[in-house]
Amino acid sequence: MVKKIDSIMNSQLKIYFIIVISFLLAMMLTILPLPNWANWLRPIWILIVLIYWVLMMPNSISIEVAWILGLLLDVLTGTTLGEHALILVIVAYFINKFYLRMRLFSLWQQTLTVFTIVVIYQVFIFCIQGLTGSILITWQYWLSSLTSAMLWPWLFTLLQGFCTEAK
Amino acid sequence: MFIFATLAIFLMIADNRLHFSVKIRSALSIIVAPIQYLVNWPVEFIDRIDDYLTSQHKLLEENTQLHNEQLLLQAKIQKFMALEKENAQLRALLSSAAHIDAQVLAAQILAVNLNPFDQQIILDKGKREGVYLGQPVLDAYGVMGQIIDVGPITSRTLLVTSPHSAIPIQDSRSGIRAIAVGEGYSGDIKLIYVTDTMDIKPRDLLVTSGLDLKFPIGYPVGVVNTVEHIPGERFAQIKVTPSAKLNLSRQVLLVWSKKLTRS
Repeated sequence: MVKKIDSIMNSQLKIYFIIVISFLLAMMLTILPLPNWANWLRPIWILIVLIYWVLMMPNSISIEVAWILGLLLDVLTGTTLGEHALILVIVAYFINKFYLRMRLFSLWQQTLTVFTIVVIYQVFIFCIQGLTGSILITWQYWLSSLTSAMLWPWLFTLLQGFCTEAK
Repeated sequence: MFIFATLAIFLMIADNRLHFSVKIRSALSIIVAPIQYLVNWPVEFIDRIDDYLTSQHKLLEENTQLHNEQLLLQAKIQKFMALEKENAQLRALLSSAAHIDAQVLAAQILAVNLNPFDQQIILDKGKREGVYLGQPVLDAYGVMGQIIDVGPITSRTLLVTSPHSAIPIQDSRSGIRAIAVGEGYSGDIKLIYVTDTMDIKPRDLLVTSGLDLKFPIGYPVGVVNTVEHIPGERFAQIKVTPSAKLNLSRQVLLVWSKKLTRS
């Protein structure tokens, strides 16, 4: 009995470890210097990792986590405080609401959903930046929603693999 | 959810309109600083390996080149010293406060990428080294920007090309004063509120005027690229290419200037 509880605790700890590491890696990838042409193709790492964890563990990765992550992202990339926090909270809230439905989707349906979420995220960030003063007029900005969506199947299978390993 | 959303909106307003969010930022920056250093580390590591592997031939070549350059600079500095003395004498004659030498500290740019909307860089010096808000940042060729956020071990610099940055400048040829504002993504600077009749021409060197009491006087900001007079517009459109090598430098200088009194 004790052993069983112990092993459950252990696997839980392992999953938390994976969560923390994946968020840390996502943050590092967000600020990793890239050559100019590749800069626009950078996926929105934090957002898709967050979508995955809210989808898989809606009880432990919740709005609070999204808020803190967003705030850290704001400080990390030097945007207006609260900008990323707000949109990540909104995304986390809606995925938390519809996670059961989204889990039943096939992988490519999920990819389409992720694409929509990323586009909404980018529109939001674009509007906030426009309100606070510095706007960027280049179509390349929107490329990262494509790369983010393309990344989703890979990320999904990868993290799924890690999770089953931990269990 | 609504509590957190409201909190985020409140923070956004506070960050744009009030000033206490500076403290929140610098407190949070200690959490993200390790991530920034971690990302910077492999880049630096590769740089170091590259240094290690440069051939002797190349080093010798560079050495002679540097020797020549030093000789040239030394010759220049002799003239400069004489001029400085003369300048001090003249200032003494005019009984105005002397130009105080500024204290500088070399800082390194952390190789991290920030949001594409704004032109900012992260430096590896912070409050511990005495960096302060609004401090000028230079490189070997000119003004790079100013510090907008000081953390304990890192600090954020707003580059001169950012649309949020404005520097009072002076045309070194005609002495006309104006304000240089960043253009944003294009990587240029523009002069605002310059009327058509003012004497500013292409290839004029623009230096800091020191009227803001932040930037020391006389550091190059940029060279005028084009001057366009549009019929019907009240002000001329003047584009300036920044002197500082904003994309190339890895080392920058932080300047502590004493309050300069103008004669």
